Amino acid sequence: MNNNDLFSIEEFKVLNEGSVKPVTSVYCSDLLSSVMGRAKSETAWVTVMGNINAVAVAVLADISVIVLAGNAAANEDFLSKAQEEGITVISSSLPIFETALKIHEAING
Amino acid sequence: MGSFSYDLHIHSCLSPCGSDDNTPCNIAGMAAVQGLNIFALTDHNTAKNCPAAMAAAEQYGVLCIPGLEVTTAEEVHVVCLFSSLEAALCFDDEIYHHLIKVKNNTEIFGHQYIYGLNDEIVGEEENLLINATDIEFSKLFPMAEAHGGVAFPAHIDKDAYSLFSNLGFIPPECTFKTVEVKNPAKLTELVGSFPYLNNCMVLTNSDAHYLEHINPPKNTIDLPVLSHTALINKIKRPIE
Repeated sequence: MNNNDLFSIEEFKVLNEGSVKPVTSVYCSDLLSSVMGRAKSETAWVTVMGNINAVAVAVLADISVIVLAGNAAANEDFLSKAQEEGITVISSSLPIFETALKIHEAING
Repeated sequence: MGSFSYDLHIHSCLSPCGSDDNTPCNIAGMAAVQGLNIFALTDHNTAKNCPAAMAAAEQYGVLCIPGLEVTTAEEVHVVCLFSSLEAALCFDDEIYHHLIKVKNNTEIFGHQYIYGLNDEIVGEEENLLINATDIEFSKLFPMAEAHGGVAFPAHIDKDAYSLFSNLGFIPPECTFKTVEVKNPAKLTELVGSFPYLNNCMVLTNSDAHYLEHINPPKNTIDLPVLSHTALINKIKRPIE
């Protein structure tokens, strides 16, 4: 499955359409230090951190898509950086667990 | 006894997010140009540019407080300031041991330049300085004091990397007497939610990552004398 296959999920909204990348797992964390240390590539990263450092960390960890849960705010710097780096960003109206579950079901569907 | 202008939260080119133009010498020069009496150099998790900053500041007639901005395990930012360079560098060493080590990628995060006393690059930090340490928020304050310094929560009103964004409350064991607020207009609301702040001295600093963001002399602090020790003591016990 690719990151753009998530666009059709009803509760998800595309904030930035970046490079197409495969998604084979989900990672949930709001601590950048844990993402830097533990997240794998080909991952959908579910978080509420809509700030510029999250994009930098997504690039470092080769994250396939950032999914902001619970309608978490994405500030301007974050969106510009995501556009610049080609990182796909989705906003979800669901809380973190339910967001991750939707993605997990889509991967294994 | 006097009222002294300050900016106690400034980043140099050693912080990856700090402009490469923010050399220790340029920061000291800008502080002098702005007419500040006191500035502090507070890079992320390091004080390695403080020797150069303090040397330049002395030339320019401005007081430079050595310090750093620590990222706790909860990713809360806390500014730590010291009464001497020796104390700051000793603390720097300890913080470095606690830093979660990830190699910096300069293309993604920026350079982390260490400067020497002659305004030249003498090295580059290879581990990413904006990563977290494994130090719990409430444990950081006694650690700083044990090294002859003082700590205060940074930009408590920010919506990321702050005490209230990441913890949402003040741990009951905390006894800090000073906090930093980015936007003083938010203070009334914050005090309403957290009455603990009624007994705190509030500092407003630039958190400058670019030279032009270093504050003009608009914020002042009352000290018995203009010295490192007097400033540290004032932040530790602002209301005697």
